[in-house]
Amino acid sequence: MFAYVVRRALYAIPILIGVNLITFVLFFVVNTPDDMARMHLGMKRVTPEAVQKWKAERGYDKPLLYNAEASGAGMLTDTIFFDKSVRLFAFDFGASDSGRDIGADIGQRMWPSLAIAVPVLLLGLLVYISFAMLLAFFRGSYLDLSGVVLCVVLMSISGLFYIIGGQYLFSKLLHLVPVSGYEPGWLAWRFVLLPVAIGVFAGIGSSSRWYRSIFLEEINRDYVRTARAKGLPETRLLFRHVLKNALVPILTGVVVVLPTLFMGNLILESFFGIPGLGSYTIEAIQNQDFAIVRAMVFLGSVLYILGLLLTDISYTLVDPRIRLS
Amino acid sequence: MHARQPLSKHILRLLQWLVPALVLALLAACGEQPWNSPYPPGQAGKNILYSSFGERPNHLDPAQSYSSNEVVFTGQIYEPPLQYHFLERPYRLVPLTATGMPKPWYLDAEGNRLADDADAKDIAVSVYDIEIRKGILYQPHPALAKDAQGHYLYHHLDAEALEDIDSLADFPRSGTRELVAADYVYQIKRLAYPTLHSPIFGLMSDYILGLRDYAATLREAYEERAARQSGPVLLRLDDYPLEGVEVLDRYRYRIRIRGKYPQFLYWLAMPFFSPVPWEADAFYTQPGMKEKNITLDWYPLGTGPYMLTVNNPNRQMVLQRNPNFHGERYPSEGEPGDAAAGYLDDAGRELPMIDTVIYSLEKEAIPYWNKFLQGYYDSSGVNSDSFDQAVQIGSAGDISLTPQLQKKGIRLNTAVSASIFYTGFNMLDPVVGGYSKRARLLRRAISIAMDYEEYISIFANGRGIPAQGPLPPGIFGYVGGRAGIDPYVYDWTPQGPRRKPISEARRLLAEAGYPDGRDLESGKPLVLYLDTTGGGPDDSARLNWIRKQFAKLDIQLQIRNTDYNRFQDKMLKGTAQIFQWGWNADYPDPENFLFLLYGRNGKVEHQGENAANYANPEFDRLFERMSNMDNGPERQRVIDRMVEILRRDAPWVFGFFPKQFVLYHGWYHNAKPNLMANNTLKYRRIDPLLREQKRREWNRPILWPLGLLALLLVVAILPAVIAYRRRENRRIRTEAG
Amino acid sequence: MIQPVILWTDALVYLLVVVVVLFAFYARGREHLRAPWREVVRSRIAVASLVVLLFYTATGLLDSLHFRKVLPQQDGQQQVQYSGEVLSLLDELLGPMRTQEEKTYSAPFATHLYTKEAIIDADGRQTRDYPRLRYGGAHLADPASEKGADIRQRSLRALGQAGAVLLLLTAILALLLARRWRCSPLVALRRVLAGGSVVPWRTALAFVGLFLLLIALIANLSAWYHMLGTDKVGQDVLYQSIKSIRTGLVIGTLTTLVMLPFAVFLGMMAGYFRGWVDDVIQYLYTTLNSIPGVLLIAAAVLMMQVYMSNHPEMFETMAERADLRLLFLCLILGITSWTGLCRLLRGETLKLRELDYVQAADAFGVGRFTIMVRHLLPNLLHLVLIAVVLDFSGLVLAEAVLSYVGVGVDPTTMSWGNMINRARLEMAREPMVWWSLLAAFAFMFTLVLAANLFSDAVRDAFDPRLRAQR
Repeated sequence: MFAYVVRRALYAIPILIGVNLITFVLFFVVNTPDDMARMHLGMKRVTPEAVQKWKAERGYDKPLLYNAEASGAGMLTDTIFFDKSVRLFAFDFGASDSGRDIGADIGQRMWPSLAIAVPVLLLGLLVYISFAMLLAFFRGSYLDLSGVVLCVVLMSISGLFYIIGGQYLFSKLLHLVPVSGYEPGWLAWRFVLLPVAIGVFAGIGSSSRWYRSIFLEEINRDYVRTARAKGLPETRLLFRHVLKNALVPILTGVVVVLPTLFMGNLILESFFGIPGLGSYTIEAIQNQDFAIVRAMVFLGSVLYILGLLLTDISYTLVDPRIRLS
Repeated sequence: MHARQPLSKHILRLLQWLVPALVLALLAACGEQPWNSPYPPGQAGKNILYSSFGERPNHLDPAQSYSSNEVVFTGQIYEPPLQYHFLERPYRLVPLTATGMPKPWYLDAEGNRLADDADAKDIAVSVYDIEIRKGILYQPHPALAKDAQGHYLYHHLDAEALEDIDSLADFPRSGTRELVAADYVYQIKRLAYPTLHSPIFGLMSDYILGLRDYAATLREAYEERAARQSGPVLLRLDDYPLEGVEVLDRYRYRIRIRGKYPQFLYWLAMPFFSPVPWEADAFYTQPGMKEKNITLDWYPLGTGPYMLTVNNPNRQMVLQRNPNFHGERYPSEGEPGDAAAGYLDDAGRELPMIDTVIYSLEKEAIPYWNKFLQGYYDSSGVNSDSFDQAVQIGSAGDISLTPQLQKKGIRLNTAVSASIFYTGFNMLDPVVGGYSKRARLLRRAISIAMDYEEYISIFANGRGIPAQGPLPPGIFGYVGGRAGIDPYVYDWTPQGPRRKPISEARRLLAEAGYPDGRDLESGKPLVLYLDTTGGGPDDSARLNWIRKQFAKLDIQLQIRNTDYNRFQDKMLKGTAQIFQWGWNADYPDPENFLFLLYGRNGKVEHQGENAANYANPEFDRLFERMSNMDNGPERQRVIDRMVEILRRDAPWVFGFFPKQFVLYHGWYHNAKPNLMANNTLKYRRIDPLLREQKRREWNRPILWPLGLLALLLVVAILPAVIAYRRRENRRIRTEAG
Repeated sequence: MIQPVILWTDALVYLLVVVVVLFAFYARGREHLRAPWREVVRSRIAVASLVVLLFYTATGLLDSLHFRKVLPQQDGQQQVQYSGEVLSLLDELLGPMRTQEEKTYSAPFATHLYTKEAIIDADGRQTRDYPRLRYGGAHLADPASEKGADIRQRSLRALGQAGAVLLLLTAILALLLARRWRCSPLVALRRVLAGGSVVPWRTALAFVGLFLLLIALIANLSAWYHMLGTDKVGQDVLYQSIKSIRTGLVIGTLTTLVMLPFAVFLGMMAGYFRGWVDDVIQYLYTTLNSIPGVLLIAAAVLMMQVYMSNHPEMFETMAERADLRLLFLCLILGITSWTGLCRLLRGETLKLRELDYVQAADAFGVGRFTIMVRHLLPNLLHLVLIAVVLDFSGLVLAEAVLSYVGVGVDPTTMSWGNMINRARLEMAREPMVWWSLLAAFAFMFTLVLAANLFSDAVRDAFDPRLRAQR
């Protein structure tokens, strides 16, 4: 097990290098360092000297990938790419192009993101599973049918409509929650309430349908039939056996997204003005702050790989037959 | 036993508990406040002004900050020697920390003193002696904290001492000291500091004697030091004298300017020329500070009425009253009508009148507007989508608020801002550029076709005046009425200027050799290119509109939409053809507008602000003359001639001067717009109790739809319960039978 | 005289049509592919969604035939010159809807603008009122009293026309079915109308009738009224919604088209060859997958913009620029979404290669490539099909979100995402402008719902595991 984890961690390194290379190439094809300097120095009265100075201060005056002037290993190491990449691997994100420490910003903006993402996940699980159980319980009846149709209808509506509609109804017309904003600590709940509710609601269609099919698969297994034939009440059957066994695929599906919760929900955050990592990323793209974009991509990849690893481990935990090798 | 209970009962019981618990929690947590208040409960009823920032300010160091979103803060924190009078119009400079208005005296090339009315040609140097008031103290700040022996507490910090420090507030002690003239001199020297990028360095080094060489000296010294030591380098600027700026005594300093430059006084009212104590640099340049985001750019240090106590660009910035503020009183004179408008009610009162200002991060206009209507922001601009809701234009063209807003006690202020939005032609372009008759006619035809009246009414909802020339009203040189119209584009009618008909534009186009928008010889359709930025939702409507304008002349307009970087790049290379741009004046002087077309400011050649790359020798000659003249009939005549040249050559479609509409709630006082001054916060006053009352009135939660929703849910579940019961019963029966 | 213009996406759309037709011919001869389809068309829901999808597709195809019109000849002109405006066949059909532009907002079926304006009346006095529209209801002398009757009359005419066409179609269907069933047309008709046919022809006819009615209504009313109002610059919202259909379809289908070859061949190669090939391919998709999708898309779209602004000469018309951006968006969406299918196919291939007949083919010395194409691919086709159908609706929805973030289609391209994005501003207006949002919602919802229902049916039919559960 331990050896496996170590091996997977080592395997992550080439992936992260690849990720870094892709972002780097993509971003610098778009932007020359000169562009970035001009963007950051503002609109009025920008001189070429100021641009040069800006680049030199941030280390953007070196060649991108290959330094023909340096000798030996310096040809590869004395470049922007090497400079900026190596430090990422030590999780040292450095300063953003506008001069703030990225690590500190991420540490701060992580919490609002989690304040949305975690309740959405937990509450979502609760709601989707109960709804799916209900449908599974009434399988084949008109209730099941209308429930499934409802699911399809709900999942055919773009998430944007839920957000726009919800915000309009609950904040503007009914004065129930603040329009947007955020407050740290426990006071956050008033700001988080609506986004969480919308986040849960938007996922009801697809998730419940998926969970329902998992339940049905389980219900049709032989052991359930046997149990039913023995006269076990339906509710007990559902809760004791079906739910327990169906939780395995559901939970392993959840584990893979766990780490990415940190990255935040981009759309919800920007609609509700929540200063989380999702809106941080979007702003960085819009302001072309390469340092932040690179840090966020790197972080995202690390978390994704972590998610894969966690899934593998959780498989072994719930099913002893699977061995990690 | 538990699992034997029917599923429906579980749910019902859960609901039974959950709903009241939730409602209770809601009530408990909200306390006295309306439910939708975006602020913590403790702030209710306090003397706090609420505002927002959309983009975090990048620089709060007065040597670097220039953008309007930065000046919002720096204006309240730093105090330059001069300021604009809050109420009087036209704008007039008055002393702020200076004891009086500095009066320049002049020297000729040999250093002899000249008479005050000497000819500008003879003046080699202008000398400004500035005396500041005594007894002004800086805000409390750790950089100024001293121990009992008079040694600075925090100027020699090591890594260990910084360990527990995350923000400025973590330093336990703070101190202050008196403002001296040397601080002003220090800041002017900082404009040339090697690690700072002052946006006005280029301009100022043309004027302040020796500033350019000074920058070179500092750079040399800096590089030499940097090579010797590791970690951040701090130059003691007192060791390096600057030719044009000197300290005369504790409260007086002298600035020497090349030639005559009357506009220099305006610069003295901007944060660039406010004082910075040397202690600030000594404090902030210590190793380890920058890594913790503790820099002058994030934590400014000034003498102004407010100080920045919280700077969290991810969420909120807070300005708090400076306890050491030297005191100032609300002006007791204004322009006629100010007394009637209530702007003089507070005359003579001690400033500032608001304790705290909280700026929250607000990225978008819609939430801001909604919160303003709910009373959570105290004032708001009017964007084009909320316009109909806010403003109605009366039958006589008079502007008033809609009854809906009037009922809320909201009031409206309008002012023409000292800005212009224009459509420029790249004069280096082979088709639209150049000074041939053909190109000129083409440009004029387009000027007529671009119906800016319609543009203003669709996209700005009438918040603007079509420009007849480059100078907006309120700026010296502006001519209104019949004499002020652009005769190439407008006709005069008793109702005012009227745009020439499109037939006239088509005639000009035909005369230029493009009848019906097609080249006379080849029959090829004339295709022009507009370079623009922006992909927002409103932009596509705007672009469509522009295309429609050109289509009126049967000219095909291709729009090359790029991001801002590309656009800048194109402008620098001069590869754009037609572009749209704007200018926000630095100070209320015609020079600050006309220099946008001065040949030596050409974008491509000199990388200046003349984006059209317009270069007309006659215009340039007049410009040089006009720029150092004092306001008077003579200057007016020169300006008239310059404007006439521009109208004839038409390097710009003049576009429009935006009008600023500001809405503010009934509890917000002294809201008179002052578009030049940036330190107006200290004059404002709010009535927090009235605000609290109104907020409650406007934000009563409406609950019945929630009940309806719950009912709907029950109705939806009910069939399930019934079906379940029936099934259970059936089974029992079958089991029984 | 017209000059046909073939945009990149046009070409690909028609390539896709050819592929679908070829696949249909291929499937005809193979029972394992044909049988599930037969099952699909037996479901009423599937048939209804199929009709909806067909109408959408037809609109999209009409909108994919582009051309430029010739400019009128001038005196002494040597060459024929074409207008820079690229139109589609659909634009021609919708005619007045495209050209009749008002000044700004107007509500559905309105005769007056939505905002008050200063009007100078006959006496030279200025009043502030809602001005009449330039086109909407302009034929009415007194809109207040005549509008209702006028609309009613035109709607009735539309109803009549639609009814007539529907009757004709029913008759033709009855004749065709009668030949196949070897009974009299009347009997066939009765069977269809009673719902007695295996294929639910009655449902199909009902939905066709519904769409015919909609088309007839548009044909009769749209030249006289703005049926869904106008937007900020006075453009007809119905026209925009209809034009957005093509954008949605292109994103939904071309994305899969461009990603399919990669996903299928890389997935099969990884599963079949294993070893280092498998390692490389796994590395490739893990790397791509681990980059947050939006960031990848944003960076790529920005890159595209830079390329286009550096090479303006390559794009003669605005339509071409917008089209290339659309295509590029499809490409990049394809790159970010192929990994899932690739992984699925790899797993399936790993299973298949152990099967006897593959092993046997290997033993007989059949080439590896032949084995892949001959023996593996046909057995993976149903998975590919299910993935394609399932992805469609997700992609249509993704377009809206991306346009919101600002990295979607070109702002001048008409798309539901752009409409929703604009509608956000309109919601904040008072009185609210609701029709753009509603129109985008309705058009998009119909398409996505139909696609979802249809894909359900397809999956049920093709996935034997699920079929067993039913």
